[in-house]
Amino acid sequence: MLEAVGLVKRFGGFTAVDGCSLTVAERSMTGLIGPNGAGKTTLFNLLGGYYRPDGGQVRFKGRDISRLKPHQRFRAGIVRTFQIPHEFARMTVLENLTVVPPGQLGEGLAAAWFWPWGVARQEAKIRARALEVLEFLKLTHVKDNPAEALSGGQKKLLELGRAVMSGNRCVLLDEPAAGVNRALLGDLTERILDLHRIGYTFLIIEHDMEFIAKLCQPIYVMAEGKVLTEGTMADIRRDARVVEAYLGHSGAAA
Amino acid sequence: MTLDSLALYLVSLATMGGIYAVLTLGLNIQWGMTGLMNAGVAGFVAIGAYTTAILTTGPSASHLGGLGWPVWAGILAAGGVSAVLALPIALVSMRLRSDYLAMATLGIAEILRLVVRNEDWMTGGPRGIAGLPKPFETLGTPVSQLAFLGLVLGMIAVLYWFAERAHRSPWGRVQRAIRENEVAAAAAGKNVEAFRLQSFVFGAFAMGLGGALLAHNIKFIGPEAVEPLIATFLVWVMLIAGGSGNNRGAILGAFAIWTLWAATEIMTAQLPPELGGRAAYVRIFLIGLALQLILLFRPQGLIGERPPKPLGQID
Ligand SMILES: Nc1ncnc2c1ncn2[C@@H]1O[C@H](COP(=O)(O)OP(=O)(O)OP(=O)(O)O)[C@@H](O)[C@H]1O
Ligand SMILES: [Mg+2]
Repeated sequence: MLEAVGLVKRFGGFTAVDGCSLTVAERSMTGLIGPNGAGKTTLFNLLGGYYRPDGGQVRFKGRDISRLKPHQRFRAGIVRTFQIPHEFARMTVLENLTVVPPGQLGEGLAAAWFWPWGVARQEAKIRARALEVLEFLKLTHVKDNPAEALSGGQKKLLELGRAVMSGNRCVLLDEPAAGVNRALLGDLTERILDLHRIGYTFLIIEHDMEFIAKLCQPIYVMAEGKVLTEGTMADIRRDARVVEAYLGHSGAAA
Repeated sequence: MTLDSLALYLVSLATMGGIYAVLTLGLNIQWGMTGLMNAGVAGFVAIGAYTTAILTTGPSASHLGGLGWPVWAGILAAGGVSAVLALPIALVSMRLRSDYLAMATLGIAEILRLVVRNEDWMTGGPRGIAGLPKPFETLGTPVSQLAFLGLVLGMIAVLYWFAERAHRSPWGRVQRAIRENEVAAAAAGKNVEAFRLQSFVFGAFAMGLGGALLAHNIKFIGPEAVEPLIATFLVWVMLIAGGSGNNRGAILGAFAIWTLWAATEIMTAQLPPELGGRAAYVRIFLIGLALQLILLFRPQGLIGERPPKPLGQID
């Protein structure tokens, strides 16, 4: 469904992503792991259209989307979250969600001015949906607070909430579990599985191996900008190169 | 000062405050709602003022036009021309980061100022264009002044309605999202450049209207009236003082700062004659001081931004 073909990204003389190829099959939950600085987030930025690749291609549903801008990739059906939360700081938590859904009538000035009833009707639906998502994320009590006032973990949840509000079925999650408490993590896992069951496709970056093991298959391992290997958790644990990649760096071993 | 002349003075004060409110609403659409740093408000004021001057004055050899259009048509055309000229500017500059946009707009306004000053055949050069019609003038004092004030207030009301509706609709929500985090807005599928362009053009329309009102009010437009100090700096101070991101704040800030500006004129008139030549600098200094105090003690402005009630929760 989503494919990276030999992607390259350089920053000055440093090659952060060095000929990466991976395939996210439709309705799969693909994992992406690797030590800090491996190039995982940079790869996401290439997939999402935030960087222009220095080489290679991004393909989605068989189509080359390398030239599409981020908002066009969203419209094509891909949505991503950010490792470092990108909340709309001075907007309320609820607004952070209601702004997302595509195809809002009131995003056109003509409808905003002259057809407020139509806009209001659609707004009511979007708001109800956003409240549901907040309920699930256990953020209902802060819905009217500015997003900048959320804790780090809550901001991560809001990232996920925005992805869910998009309705897009190809979801790229950059460390969704980081900073989220254990109790909620269980729920989060369940919700991702629910979405998976109804046909969503996920590509998930995560350092939490338990989380990855529970959800993802296959799992890609990246190190120094390259894909080292790919397989099930069991395959990866047996792979000497993977152990070496982790221990050879900061020692953030699996 | 007699009571009558005091009353007339207050009417003219309110009229100028109201004209600035139109400009400040325009800047609030661009900066307050979307985060577009337009440092060239004066340029759009000039476009509006000269457009209506060229269209509504009688035939003249000293400048372009003299088409004798009715005032209302001149004012609307002023907004329209300002919006149309904002379009190519927006097309090339909406991709810029806000500080670069500020430089680009500043440069464009400066070019316009030079055009206005030097292209005599079009603008009358340093002598400007005189003899603009002022509506309601046949009604005599004080009805004509009051009627013109009414026109300005009506313009504010209409503009406020359009700006507020836009602000409270999903359109405004997307604009605020872009202002807060343009990368995340793009990640939410919003075409950042297209939205910014709309906001820039909408704001420029308002500034063109304001420029036209300014010219008709004093029946004259010359290069001094579109100096950056008068037409850009003051408008920014008004918006910051009133409350950026809040349409009511923009209006309130315009009236408050214009009153202060007028007060500094009275104050500097009391200066001893040897300082009299420096009055202009003293006035700017006082306004700058007021800005500093506001930024220190009330950075959100008199009425700060608050999350707008979505359409439908009121209507
Ligand atoms: N905009 C940039 N400019 C320069 N270097 C960058 C930039 N973005 C990333 N890098 C470098 O590229 C390398 C890969 O970074 P990236 O964020 O992709 O790693 P990561 O695999 O996501 O790591 P982590 O697990 O810590 O999030 C790092 O060495 C980083 O310093
Ligand atoms: Mg990362």
